[in-house]
Amino acid sequence: MTPLLQVQDLHVAYRSRTGEVCHALAGLSFDLGPSEILGVLGESGSGKSTLAASLLRLLPPSGIITGGRILFEGQDVLHARPREMEKLRGRRISLIFQEPSVALHPAMRVRDQVEEVLRAHEPLDFAARRNRTRQVLASLFPADADRIANSYPHQLSGGQRQRVLVAQAIACGPSVVLADEPTASLDPTTQQEILTLFRTLRQALGLSMVLITHNPGLLAGLADRVLVLYAGRAVEVGPAESVLASPQHPYTRALLRCVPPLDQKSQASRKAMLPVISGESPNLSVLVRGCPFEPRCPEKMEVCKSCDPAAVPLSEAHTVSCFKFPG
Amino acid sequence: MFQVSRLAILGGDGVQLLLNVENLVKRYAAGKSFGSREFLAALDGVSLSIQIATTLALVGESGSGKSTLALCVACLERPTSGSIWFDGRDVAALSEKQQRAVRPQIQLVFQDPSSSLNSRLTALEIVAEPLIIQRRFDKQARSKRACALLERVGISAKKAGSRPDEFSGGQRQRLAIARALALEPKLLILDEALSALDCSVQAQIANLLLELQFSLGLTYLFITHDFAMAAHLADEIAVMDHGRIVELGAAEKLLRSPEHEATRCLLAATPRFRGTANLPEGL
Repeated sequence: MTPLLQVQDLHVAYRSRTGEVCHALAGLSFDLGPSEILGVLGESGSGKSTLAASLLRLLPPSGIITGGRILFEGQDVLHARPREMEKLRGRRISLIFQEPSVALHPAMRVRDQVEEVLRAHEPLDFAARRNRTRQVLASLFPADADRIANSYPHQLSGGQRQRVLVAQAIACGPSVVLADEPTASLDPTTQQEILTLFRTLRQALGLSMVLITHNPGLLAGLADRVLVLYAGRAVEVGPAESVLASPQHPYTRALLRCVPPLDQKSQASRKAMLPVISGESPNLSVLVRGCPFEPRCPEKMEVCKSCDPAAVPLSEAHTVSCFKFPG
Repeated sequence: MFQVSRLAILGGDGVQLLLNVENLVKRYAAGKSFGSREFLAALDGVSLSIQIATTLALVGESGSGKSTLALCVACLERPTSGSIWFDGRDVAALSEKQQRAVRPQIQLVFQDPSSSLNSRLTALEIVAEPLIIQRRFDKQARSKRACALLERVGISAKKAGSRPDEFSGGQRQRLAIARALALEPKLLILDEALSALDCSVQAQIANLLLELQFSLGLTYLFITHDFAMAAHLADEIAVMDHGRIVELGAAEKLLRSPEHEATRCLLAATPRFRGTANLPEGL
């Protein structure tokens, strides 16, 4: 299986006006295979959104990609000319934004907003565009595509708006869709609906997805593989079942332990204090030597302070960056 | 006199109720034209009660009426009909002026601390503001009290001069909780107060809420989408659907044998993954 998207040793830094440098991504590497769903699990400040923005080279002016390579279908994304980037962005790699109520234009009909994507990327005439828009919307809203197409965003529910964003993202038939917290503002029932939609799309269109989230529950049953991001580094990568059910890295273990379980709820465990990760979240403006999780790690060793842990393979697909595991 | 006996009747089996909502209805005008007689019943005959120093979790889909109920209980919306017995009196029947005296006892914590806190005020000013509005203490005593509140929720008094954007999401939510505690309320309404936070931060804030409940005897109305967190924090869970309470019961029982379709749907939609919470501390 040749990877569709390859990220190698990616470094991204933000420079503030005062000259302070913040290392948002520090040597991130991963692959994304065809029609694979990769879940990126990270808390705020771990570099999740920076990752999505760097893959499309949509970083704000203060964000600089300081090193590494991004290869998409063999093409070097970081050295692509602006014209070539335009052909990739929205067309081959598209992005589903976080907040559907903000990402949609409030005074444009849904149909026009989906059509706008096609106008930007595909050499189609008016009739063909209309036709394509209708098809895309019909695939997402089988029951009432016409009514939705004629609506304005404020007339739609949160879930419907999220579907419109999905329509925009798949309108040009991309091979990779990046979704940055796609369900953060939805209630669980609608959330499940959108996740089911992702599953269907992957099967129907052979899409690859990078699903970025802070909620481990979303990834169970949807992602094939999970990458756990901490301080801009991948601390653990592996098949979703093994990372979520038997996490190995101390950070992943601590993170997943914070979530209260729904099952086997006994009187005793209810209202008990939840385990928390002690210590402060990492300060990214100082590039420290050693493991970024070391100050908070319950199992730290002497070596963690001085050396950066390399990724150790536990099995064929499961790697952990921690000195606990002998390489 | 009537009010006192009423409370006694409600707490028939020896329990003391802080809040008792009876047959609450809230309708909003929903017609397309001005003066239309069409209405939307956001609350359609809601009855529930919360014992003192316990937590009731209110779970339901968006648009099921959870937040409308919260606003009515907090005396920020007037219900169309029904009664809200809080601490022995029907606050829905009080005049605006009388309600003003009740409001300090019921405080709200909202979902998104970055929009619920004034970004131009310092942490100290944010926490002291309710005290100024209610004309409590003099300036010096207010500052002292605000500092104590900040420390109480885990924010160092050294950071009292910082503004909300200098705090992390979790610290901002702590700030919102400190502000809610400033007037020593009896009831705290937590409207999706954990939903916008990372899971490790959710756990920290959940622990803070539990600890505050144990030490101050606070009563919580915890509004959420998250069944797992509701089950963890609450004594009782009420499930809302289309403006009605469709199921209400002890947290364990509701999870073990959900009876209503809406409850089962919500439970089925709750994301879960196996085993992790039972992980031992080490390897």
